[in-house]
Amino acid sequence: MNLTLKVWRQKNTQTAGKFVTYKAEGISPDMSFLEMLDVVNESLTRKNDEPIYFDHDCREGICGSCSLYINGHPHGPKKAITTCQLHMRTFSDGETITIEPWRSAAFPVMKDLATDRSAFDRIQQAGGFISINTGGVPDANLIPIPKVIADEAFNSATCIGCGACVAACKNASAMLFTSAKITQLGLLPQGQPERYSRVQAMVAQMDEEGFGNCTNTGACEAECPKEITLNNIAFMNNDYFSAKLFREEQAHDHTGGE
Amino acid sequence: MSEFKQTFNSSLGKKLIMALTGLFLCTFLIVHVGGNLLLFKNDQGFAFNSYANFLTHFPPIEVIAYLLYLAIIVHAVYALVLTISNRRARPIGYAVVNKSPASWSSKNMGLLGSILLLFIVIHMGDFWFTYKYNNILGFKEYRTNLGTNETVVSDYKPETPDFERSISTENNVEIVRVKDLHARISSSFSHLWYVAFYVIAMGAVSFHLLHGFQSAFQTLGWVHRKYKPIIYFVGTWLFAVIIPLLFAAMPVVYFIQSLSK
Repeated sequence: MNLTLKVWRQKNTQTAGKFVTYKAEGISPDMSFLEMLDVVNESLTRKNDEPIYFDHDCREGICGSCSLYINGHPHGPKKAITTCQLHMRTFSDGETITIEPWRSAAFPVMKDLATDRSAFDRIQQAGGFISINTGGVPDANLIPIPKVIADEAFNSATCIGCGACVAACKNASAMLFTSAKITQLGLLPQGQPERYSRVQAMVAQMDEEGFGNCTNTGACEAECPKEITLNNIAFMNNDYFSAKLFREEQAHDHTGGE
Repeated sequence: MSEFKQTFNSSLGKKLIMALTGLFLCTFLIVHVGGNLLLFKNDQGFAFNSYANFLTHFPPIEVIAYLLYLAIIVHAVYALVLTISNRRARPIGYAVVNKSPASWSSKNMGLLGSILLLFIVIHMGDFWFTYKYNNILGFKEYRTNLGTNETVVSDYKPETPDFERSISTENNVEIVRVKDLHARISSSFSHLWYVAFYVIAMGAVSFHLLHGFQSAFQTLGWVHRKYKPIIYFVGTWLFAVIIPLLFAAMPVVYFIQSLSK
């Protein structure tokens, strides 16, 4: 396969970037998208050009490192896969492919196609955990959990934090990611003690990072490589409003009669 | 108090305000379309003018009306605030337009809402402001023989300039004198461009609510497998089809009637 690539090149966060066109020649349709970029980078290196910088790690769709906004879709045109799982047979010979980084104020471009997604880490660190004292290993099925709850929690837990939801959203909102993390822990018994403080802390951090506001278009859900659903956002909203408007945050003062 | 301020300044708090004001405006539409169906009654505006008189002279309705105007303003202001912050969240856009599958109406709520705001300003200026503050409307006198239930209509010239309305009964004849908003509607809806603007605005209502109604429930977090289809059904058929069609039929029918006069 021979392809034309229009790739966003940007030296660092401070400098402005631009599109540069490259030829990708002799590409096997069985290559993954990242392997295709490896081939292009090899030829660039041989010509003493700076290779295209892109994020990648596990290359099996579980780490959430790879990104790339390909022809108007985060992770390319296919459903429920990451860029590393995208094969070149998806494209036709002679096609022009435009590759852009995630676009969000909260994800500054570090170099070429790689963005700094540590905003997600900070949201996670704000409350996406369960505080527990270590001790003896408890019996595996000590706490019974209804199957429907376990299934929902596992679905939410499949989020790999790649940021495709932010990239797909017309408002660059991070609500699908944040809500998946909140729902995963908020559904399970172990997550209950911190359930209402967690949702407040994580939403506050999400707002502080400068992400946009959800308008329920559903683009995130459609582009998510792990098929996280909008139901997570509804769960987060419900818990947030419950926490802010109805839950007591402190015990009542002891003001009973003498 | 500062806790509430913080809640409603958060992203989710602002969305909550959008959802609640939006749903309140939805309920208003049901009442508004129901009352205005009186326009289709062929009685030279007796029922409609009496209804308009009732709305403007019944105090509880006045209270709800001002809550309604407040809701419109808050909904529009928060939409603007949210849109500005959404634009800021993506300072550099994509070269290739996003192809993610999302409904057209969900991506154009701001455009649709702007059309609706323009429509509301013109619509209220033409009917609401004229009725309440602009002393240019004439009066109609409806004399109904309570025995035969026959109504005779005539123009009425008030004796004092601050005359509002009067309802009296004389020898088995009920005399109702009210402002003639019906005549104003007939004359407004005899202009083709005006009718066209109304029909376009009702198209905007349809697409705005096709997304807006179900979106409000999603924002509130009221999503349940059992109720979701009902919300979608009501949002689609009642709010995006039946109500806009009934509203749009009013100017169209009056325009067709004006042609034969």
